[in-house]
Amino acid sequence: MRLSARVESVILPIAAVLIALAIGAVLIALDGASPWTAYTALLDGSVGGPDSIARTLERATPLIFTGLAVIVGMKAGLFNIGAQGQLLTGAVFAAWVGYRFSLPAIVHVPLAIVVGGLCGLLPAALAGVLKAYRGAHEVITTIMLNAILVSLTEWIVGARGPFHDPDAGAISRTPLVRETADIPRIDVYPLGFFLGVLVAFAIWFLFGRTTTGFKLTTVGQNKFAAEYGGISAARITVLAMALSGFLAGVGGSIETLGVFGRFESGRNVGLGFDGITVALLARIHPLLAIPSALLLGVLRAGQTQMAFESKVAPEIIDVILAIILLLVCAPIVVRWILRLRKGTTGAESLQLTSGWGAS
Amino acid sequence: MGPGWRRALPGLITVAVVVAVAVLAYNLNPDDTTPVANRVFRDAPVLVLAALCGLVGERTGIVNIGIEGQLLMSAFTGFYVAAATGNIWVGVLAGVASGAVLGLFLALCAVTWQIDQIIAGTVINIFVIGITSFLYTQGKRSPGGLDPIELPWLSDLPFAGPALFRSTPIAYLSIILVFVLHIALFHTRWGLRSRSVGEHPSAADTVGISVAGYRYLNTALAGGLAGLGGAFLSLESVGTFERNMTANRGFTALAIMIFGRWRPLLAWAGALFFALTSALASQLQFNQVIDVPPQFINILPFVLVLAVLAVFAGSVRPPAAAGQPYVKE
Amino acid sequence: MSEPIRDDPDVHAAIHAPMALEARHLTKRFPSVVANDDVSIELHQGEILGLLGENGAGKSTLVKMLFGLYEPDEGEVLLRGEPVRMDGPGDAIRRGIGMVHQHFQLVPVFTAAENIMLGAEATTGPFLDPAAAGRRIGEMSARFGLRVDPDALVEDLPVGTQQRVEILKALYREAEILILDEPTAVLTPAETDELLGVMKDLAASGTSIIFITHKLREAIAVCDTIAVLRGGKVVGTTAPAATDRAGLASMMVGRDVSLQVTKGAGEPGDVVLAVQQLEVTDDRGHAAVNGLDLEVRAGEIVGIAGVEGNGQRELVEALCGMRKIRHGHIVLAGEDTTRATTREINRLGVSHIPEDREKHGFVASYSVATNLVLARFDEPPYARGWMRNFDAIERHASDLVERFDVRPRGIHNRMGSMSGGNKQKCIVARELTQGARLVIASQPTRGVDVGSIEFIHRQLVDQRDAGVAVLVVSAELDEVLALADRVAVIYEGRIQSVMPVAEASREKVGLLMAGDVAAAETAPAVEADDDVPSALL
Repeated sequence: MRLSARVESVILPIAAVLIALAIGAVLIALDGASPWTAYTALLDGSVGGPDSIARTLERATPLIFTGLAVIVGMKAGLFNIGAQGQLLTGAVFAAWVGYRFSLPAIVHVPLAIVVGGLCGLLPAALAGVLKAYRGAHEVITTIMLNAILVSLTEWIVGARGPFHDPDAGAISRTPLVRETADIPRIDVYPLGFFLGVLVAFAIWFLFGRTTTGFKLTTVGQNKFAAEYGGISAARITVLAMALSGFLAGVGGSIETLGVFGRFESGRNVGLGFDGITVALLARIHPLLAIPSALLLGVLRAGQTQMAFESKVAPEIIDVILAIILLLVCAPIVVRWILRLRKGTTGAESLQLTSGWGAS
Repeated sequence: MGPGWRRALPGLITVAVVVAVAVLAYNLNPDDTTPVANRVFRDAPVLVLAALCGLVGERTGIVNIGIEGQLLMSAFTGFYVAAATGNIWVGVLAGVASGAVLGLFLALCAVTWQIDQIIAGTVINIFVIGITSFLYTQGKRSPGGLDPIELPWLSDLPFAGPALFRSTPIAYLSIILVFVLHIALFHTRWGLRSRSVGEHPSAADTVGISVAGYRYLNTALAGGLAGLGGAFLSLESVGTFERNMTANRGFTALAIMIFGRWRPLLAWAGALFFALTSALASQLQFNQVIDVPPQFINILPFVLVLAVLAVFAGSVRPPAAAGQPYVKE
Repeated sequence: MSEPIRDDPDVHAAIHAPMALEARHLTKRFPSVVANDDVSIELHQGEILGLLGENGAGKSTLVKMLFGLYEPDEGEVLLRGEPVRMDGPGDAIRRGIGMVHQHFQLVPVFTAAENIMLGAEATTGPFLDPAAAGRRIGEMSARFGLRVDPDALVEDLPVGTQQRVEILKALYREAEILILDEPTAVLTPAETDELLGVMKDLAASGTSIIFITHKLREAIAVCDTIAVLRGGKVVGTTAPAATDRAGLASMMVGRDVSLQVTKGAGEPGDVVLAVQQLEVTDDRGHAAVNGLDLEVRAGEIVGIAGVEGNGQRELVEALCGMRKIRHGHIVLAGEDTTRATTREINRLGVSHIPEDREKHGFVASYSVATNLVLARFDEPPYARGWMRNFDAIERHASDLVERFDVRPRGIHNRMGSMSGGNKQKCIVARELTQGARLVIASQPTRGVDVGSIEFIHRQLVDQRDAGVAVLVVSAELDEVLALADRVAVIYEGRIQSVMPVAEASREKVGLLMAGDVAAAETAPAVEADDDVPSALL
């Protein structure tokens, strides 16, 4: 059976998810639990009621941002694998602005978000500079920065750190942010999610219609032709990484201000790699980051309930996500499973690797 | 001897210098240098093996971001198989095998499915983290650590003795492998052909060398090297398995590989250098010569990687075809 | 049209020698084209068979099937009379077939010896024995007159020497049948003559040779038989004695072809480009351009002739702002652009047709329309501030695609899917409609079909007639001689000499290309009669 490229680009990701869930069910069964119980608990915990849905939206929100962060990088041919660290940095400094200063809400919230974004921007931009001017591959540098930032944010809110909550004793966290810095909810639903949707549209617009977006994409497609067309590949590389880090930082700020109300070490884990999954599942399309993030949000939100009710280790979700990721990146595998023949030349598989050197 | 020796000289000189400095330091203060030396030779083998894994694969044209995953997977497999069978060597073999299997998988993604190699490596990492965490909490814990086998050498050299010569088998093996790979890469038919596949695959193809074949073979071999490193980590170095115990060593190894210009001897020097830096920092912290929060010590190797890359990355030449899928005309 | 002349007794005796290699009714299809359609050729032992055809005619595909790189869809290959199924190049090599590729298959960071022995390594035990290989190579070098230093790194070797390494690679494996794919593309006239001599010697000693070329002159000079391919089919087989360049040209193209570019005298105006003592380094830090002076005036075409690798690429990159300049100055219509960016230089009125169009010329995954505004995408009318104006972009593209006869016409087609000639026409369309004062055309017709070649040459001459300064850099000497008003020869990063084209004979220029200034002075300035430069080469 042959499908047109359009149809395929919808069917393949859905098929990837379903196949991964099927494999997950097998693993759950092998572990002695009931896949049915597990998956129904998963759904209950994620979309079973207003509270569940709110939780899903909460989990999805930072994923929209880290997903967009990775997407922006990939459009320019870069792999920002360290979005998690950038998110944490944004989260911690947004918390600081939130508790340290007393300002009217209309200023406090945007300020905290922007400061968080800028703090996420800085390490990413550093990686961008190292890549553009020193030829250091951003995969290694962003992972290293990730590790560095995780440690440093741990310290900064730790018992000896400057942002530590004096009432917290040994727990590593900041004080609660002031009310004026809270991002409110609509009923139970976090406003941050809708901010995420807005930002996704903004990024889509950036790439679809603006000259800056064109420059980013061109550098990603063929940086030599870009140079030839008068675009500075070096500057665009830094810009792409900076924007990417900014988005991750904003995601962290929104987590702090809208969900947790403070920054606590150990809370926002694993959101960087999930961001990669979101980006690839979305086929690097900014708008598709929304449903993609929602899917992961569902999986993450329902994880605890699933673990609780069916006694399966919650990490099964990580395994399922990894399988989804693999199948999305290797459409050929899904085609083989579904007995599809390769149709008209559809979306090319993504190529990012450009080697380690300065070329 | 040929030009190969000339190119290996910087690496050998670096090692010699490091040794000389160490001996000197020892003579000044044995109480400090001995634990540092111990630590270096305990930490270095994982980095060496991981760097060798990276460079063998990359010399053949496959960029391997998944070394971290290979290390973790083999640490896991090695430990649990050893616990289950009660035999440490079976565990080591299991570790090596799991590394090789992941290597084959990477080759499958990169060569046959032509997925971007960075993405393929990332998928491996994500998958391994997920599955090792998943299976770990299933309660398959071993009651206790397994005793590493020690081979005490009779020559009890004052300084190098305890550190170097009362080392563990895999640690010795890692040093032997450095030399074996150097000779293999630069002085054997396999080495010449592998390198041609990584530099100019169509040149290899048009003289009848199988590009896909070499890439599969070498990525699997490289995976076995990483597998050995992971097994070392959980069985000899730490003594148990903890989630995410690899702590980004797989990525540090990539920096070491670049620093070492994709040459085994230089990579070994780089691994020693990295291990030395963190060992030194820990020792200084321990002696309370410097008093900083522990997180600052922890990040030192990562900062070092950044510094190394900032200085070296732009000025080295990776194998020309590394990272590009080979498409026959 | 020429008839096959197999039974003509005047033809070279080699034709009656035993059959070395034969193709019978070979067909090879690709998704978008039938590359070879029922092709049959015969190669006798000790014969030099020329395969002639323009770009895209199917010559490379045919020999790749003979060498085992492709599997034929239909037909068979007979080796020494026996049908064979070649199982990849390794198999072909073992059977005594060697191939010298058009794009060198050499590993730059290996030595010549390592490259030559790759796949057939000399070993003692498990270890490589470069000394043994070196000895054998030295022997072969002497025997065939192909001098090469076995221990030199290939990337350090000049292109002509790299060519020799390629050839030695095939001979090292004791090839009895040698396939040479466009071997003279990168050689000076003198080196070409040398190579043709080597080929004749090899043939005389029993090697059978298939010689692919698009250069009519060479085919006539060295081949015993010439087979002409067009559109994937063999349209005729002939012997040099029975035809001439014009005859071959019409067989290649299917119609009568004017071998010359008709152009008037031209009226040079003011100096538009002045290059003074320019020094530029290449990617590896060596001085590629080494004290170069050059002037181009409005309304004239200056052609830079030279073997690739003598600094042309770095010169052009420096002129366009794509490479940093070490020393010296570039002055464009009075403005010093030594430190200018690509953007600024473009705005000052410089257009560039790049040498490597795949790399610098366009983005393969973008549409034709987008590529046609690649240099001006953020300027009105194609953009207003930050917002791009897609209507204007489309209108521009539709217009250009018509005027420059780009096929297929679809402006939303992916650029990467077009043929070489049409890609180049797009680039030419983009560059020549920017109102430039200086057009720099680097290898403008490389890999392009004859129809497009004629078109592009015409466009360049039209620009010159409209008062634009045109600088053509080409490794095809004939192209330079056909187009230029003045000919400059580049060698080792300097201009050896500049002369009006009337004084530039092939012999003289060829000597200058090889650096032999002294001999060039005494060379005749006038072409021998049958040696007219042609657009068709």
